[in-house]
Amino acid sequence: MTSHIPKRLAILLLVLLLVLASFPLWGKLVFAAKFTFLLQKVTGIMILALLAMSLDLLVGSAGLVSLGHAAFFGLGGYMLALASPQYDAASLWVALPAALAVTAAASLVVGFLSIRTSGIYFIMVTLAFGQMGYFFFNDSKLAGGSDGATIYVKPTVAAFGVTLIDLDSKLSFFYVVLGALVASYALLRMLLASPFGRVVSAIGVNESRVQGLGFNPMLYKLVAFTIAGTLAGLAGFLAATQYGYVNPAMLGWHQSGHVLVMVILGGMGTLFGPVLGAFILELAHHLFESLTDHWLLPMGAMIIAIVLLLPKGVAGLLIKWTTEKEDGP
Amino acid sequence: MTASPFILETRGLTKAFGGLVAVNAVSIGFKEREAHAIIGPNGAGKSTFVNLLTGHLPPSGGEVLFKGANIAGLAAHKVTRLGIGRSYQKTNIFPSFSCFENCRLAAQSRLASSMRFFKPARSYRAVSEQAEAALTAAGLAARSGRIAGAMSYGEQRQLEIAMVLATAPDVLVLDEPLAGMGKEESELMVALLKDLARRYTLILIEHDMDAVFAIAQVLSVMVNGTLLESGPLDQIRASKAVQDAYLGDGAEAY
Amino acid sequence: MDSWFFLIQVLNGIQYGLLLFLVASGLTLIFGIMGIINLAHGAFYMLGAYLAYWLAGMTGSLIAAVLLSLPIAALVGYVIEALLVRTLYRRDHLDQVLLTYGLILIFNEAQRILWGNDVHGVAMPTALAWSVKLTETLSYPAYRLLLSAVCAVLAVAMYLVIAKTRFGMWVRAGASNRDMVAALGINVKLLFGVVFAVGAALAGLAGAISTPISSVAPGMGDSVLILCFVVVVIGGVGSVKGAFFGAILIGLADTFGKVFVPDFASFTVYGIMAAVLLWKPKGLFA
Repeated sequence: MTSHIPKRLAILLLVLLLVLASFPLWGKLVFAAKFTFLLQKVTGIMILALLAMSLDLLVGSAGLVSLGHAAFFGLGGYMLALASPQYDAASLWVALPAALAVTAAASLVVGFLSIRTSGIYFIMVTLAFGQMGYFFFNDSKLAGGSDGATIYVKPTVAAFGVTLIDLDSKLSFFYVVLGALVASYALLRMLLASPFGRVVSAIGVNESRVQGLGFNPMLYKLVAFTIAGTLAGLAGFLAATQYGYVNPAMLGWHQSGHVLVMVILGGMGTLFGPVLGAFILELAHHLFESLTDHWLLPMGAMIIAIVLLLPKGVAGLLIKWTTEKEDGP
Repeated sequence: MTASPFILETRGLTKAFGGLVAVNAVSIGFKEREAHAIIGPNGAGKSTFVNLLTGHLPPSGGEVLFKGANIAGLAAHKVTRLGIGRSYQKTNIFPSFSCFENCRLAAQSRLASSMRFFKPARSYRAVSEQAEAALTAAGLAARSGRIAGAMSYGEQRQLEIAMVLATAPDVLVLDEPLAGMGKEESELMVALLKDLARRYTLILIEHDMDAVFAIAQVLSVMVNGTLLESGPLDQIRASKAVQDAYLGDGAEAY
Repeated sequence: MDSWFFLIQVLNGIQYGLLLFLVASGLTLIFGIMGIINLAHGAFYMLGAYLAYWLAGMTGSLIAAVLLSLPIAALVGYVIEALLVRTLYRRDHLDQVLLTYGLILIFNEAQRILWGNDVHGVAMPTALAWSVKLTETLSYPAYRLLLSAVCAVLAVAMYLVIAKTRFGMWVRAGASNRDMVAALGINVKLLFGVVFAVGAALAGLAGAISTPISSVAPGMGDSVLILCFVVVVIGGVGSVKGAFFGAILIGLADTFGKVFVPDFASFTVYGIMAAVLLWKPKGLFA
C-alpha cells in the first residue's frame, strides 16, 4: 500500500537498476565462459519479475489473492506458438497484439466469474480456473497437447521490410525485456497514482467502505484483474519468445504458486518488492540446484522460514531500514 | 403522486431476517435541512433501518423515496451517489491511508467516473479542494498528513464524518457518531454536529440523550422494530407512550 | 446406450466421488474448524499411497499395509500441525497458502528421496481380485465395490460423529464460531491437532486403498488436491455435507466426461464448477 518510496530506497533501487542494465558489460568480464548462459538466465528472471509485478497489482493493491495467475502467462505464450507459422517467423506487430487481446479477453471472463467471490473462495476459484487453462492445453490437440509446442523461428520486428530489432540476438532481447519490465513498472506506478488506482488500493484496505463512498468495487476489481492478466500475457509472450517453446506447465498452479511466492517474499503492494522477490527466489533456486539434486527441500524450507520471519517481505525490511535512517537526527 | 414535503421518506419499510422482523412497516418522513434523530433501546432496529435507508441491506418490503423516486433495493454505492452519505457506528476508515487521502478518495466519488488511469489523483484540483474543505469542516485541517490508523479514536470518528462530508451529500445519515467517545471528545463532536445541522438534512441515530436534545429538532422513537411515535422534540418528550416504553426507564436516557 | 454400460459408469463415478470425499472432507473440516487453507493436504493422499505401496511390499499384505499406514499418516499430520500450522491461526490466508506451499515442495522432495521418481503399481489382494458378472460380456470388479462400501461406511460414521457426539458438537461449534469454542473451555489446541490428524489420516486412507486401481506416482497429491478444491468450492467451504455432494457430482462428471468427451475430460469438471459458482457464488451448501 506504500505509495511513497523513501529517498534512500529510491536511490538504492536506481543503483540496482543500473547494475542490472549494465550486466552485459560487466558480466562478460566477471563470468567469462558462463556469461551467455547467465545473460539468458537474467533475462528469464526479468520476465518472471514482470509476471510477479502484474500479480502484485491484484494481491498487494486490490487484495485479490489469485492462485491462477500463471494461466494468463501461459496463454500469452501459447498465443505466440499459435500465431507462428511452422517454419517461418510471425510478425511481432500481429502476434503481440493478438496475444494481448486474447489474454485480456480471457482475464475479463475469468475475472467476471471470480470477483463475485472473495477471500478463500477467490483463492480456490482462481486456482480452479488456472487448472482449467492447464488442462485445456494439456488435453487438446491444439498446440501439441501435453508435449507442448516449439516456436522454431522468433518473431520479426520489422517496418517496411527493415528489421528493427533482432530478437534472436540474446543481447537485444535482454534489453527488450528490460525495457518491458521498466515500462510495466512505470505503467503500474501511474495506474496506482491515478483515481482508478486509488480506488483499487482502497478496496484492498476496506472494500465495504469503498462501496459506502459511492464506488462499485466489482467494476474496479474487474478492470484491475484484466490489466494484471494482460500484463501476465505480455510476460508469457516474452517467455515463449525467449525459450522458443511453450508447454502446459506454464499455466499450471505450481507456476502460479511460484509467482505468488515471489510477490510475498519480495514484499507485496510495493511493485519493486516482487521484482526483488523474483531475483532472490530464482537465484536461490539456481544456487540450491547447483548444490544438491534435492533442491526442493532447501527451497521449501526457505519459503517457510520467510513466512515465519519476514511477514512484510524483503521490501518491508528495506523500507523500514531506509525510513529509520531518514527520520533519524 | 402528490408532491411530498419530504426529501427522504420511508413507507412501510420492512426487513425480516428469517422469522425475525427487525424493521416492521416503518414510515418516517425526513424534511430538508431538518435534524431528525431516531432513538430507541438496543435491538429496536435502528441500525437495520439505517442499512435499509442507505442500500447496505435490501428491504423485504416497503419503499424508500428520495426526492420522490423509490430507491429501495438500490446498491449502496448508487445510493451514495444520489446524495445520501452515511457514517458508521464502528469506525470504518482506511487506516493505512493519510487523513487527507481518506477524504480525497471520498471526494473522488463525485467525479462522474473514477475510471481514469493516466493523470495522478492528486492533480484533480476540485477533488482535493473538496477534501480539504471536508477536513476543515470536521476540524481536522491540521491532521491532513497523518496516517489515519495512527490518530486518536476521537479524531478517527471526526474523520468518519469528514469522509461523509467529502462525498458532498444532501442527506447525512450518522450512525451513533458519539459511540465510544470520552466526555471532551463528545462535546467537540456535538458542536460539530450542531454546525452541520444548519447546512444539511441530518438523520442521527444516537443513544446519548443530551446530544440528541441538543442537536435534533424532530425525534422518532423505535421499539421492537416498529415506529412508536414521531414528532417535534417537545411532543416526544411529553408523550406518555414514549415515556413508558423508553424514556421512562430513566437509567438509559440520562 | 447400453444400460449396463451406463450402470458401470455410474458405479465408477460414485466410487471415485466417494474416494474424493475422503480427501475433501478433511480439507473442508480443516478450513471450517481451524480456518486454515492447507495446500499440503494432497500430500497426505500421496503419503498414504506410497506407504501402502512400501508396506505392502514389506508385509506382503495390502490390508496390513493400509491399516499400518493410517496411524502413520495421522501422526505425520499431528506433528506438522504442532510444529508449523499452529503458528498460522491468527495469520491471514496468504501466509497459510505460502507456508503450506513450502510444505508441498518438502513433501514432494522427500517422496523422491525415499521412493524415487518411478511410477509404481500395487497388486490387488487375491481374495478380492474377482468380478461381479453383470451380463455375458460385462462385469464389475469386486474391489471397487468394496472400496465404495468402505468409503460409504466412513461417510456415515463421519455424519454420526459430527451429528451425535460431543466431539462433533465442538466441531460444529468451531465451524460456526471459533471463539465460542475457546470460550466453552474446550482444549482448542488438542481439538485442532486431532482434527488435522484425522484429516491427514482420511486423505492417507484414500491414497492407500486406491493403490490397486490407480498408479502410485510422483505428483499424485497435487492433482487430487486441485480436484478436492473444486469439490469444496462447489459444496461450500466448511460444509461436510457440501463436500459429500460436491464429491459425488465431480466423481460422476469426471467419469462421464472421460467416456463422452475424452479429449476434454478434466475440462468438464471445471466447467461444472464455473456453472455452480455463477449460480451460487458461495457454493451449494454454504
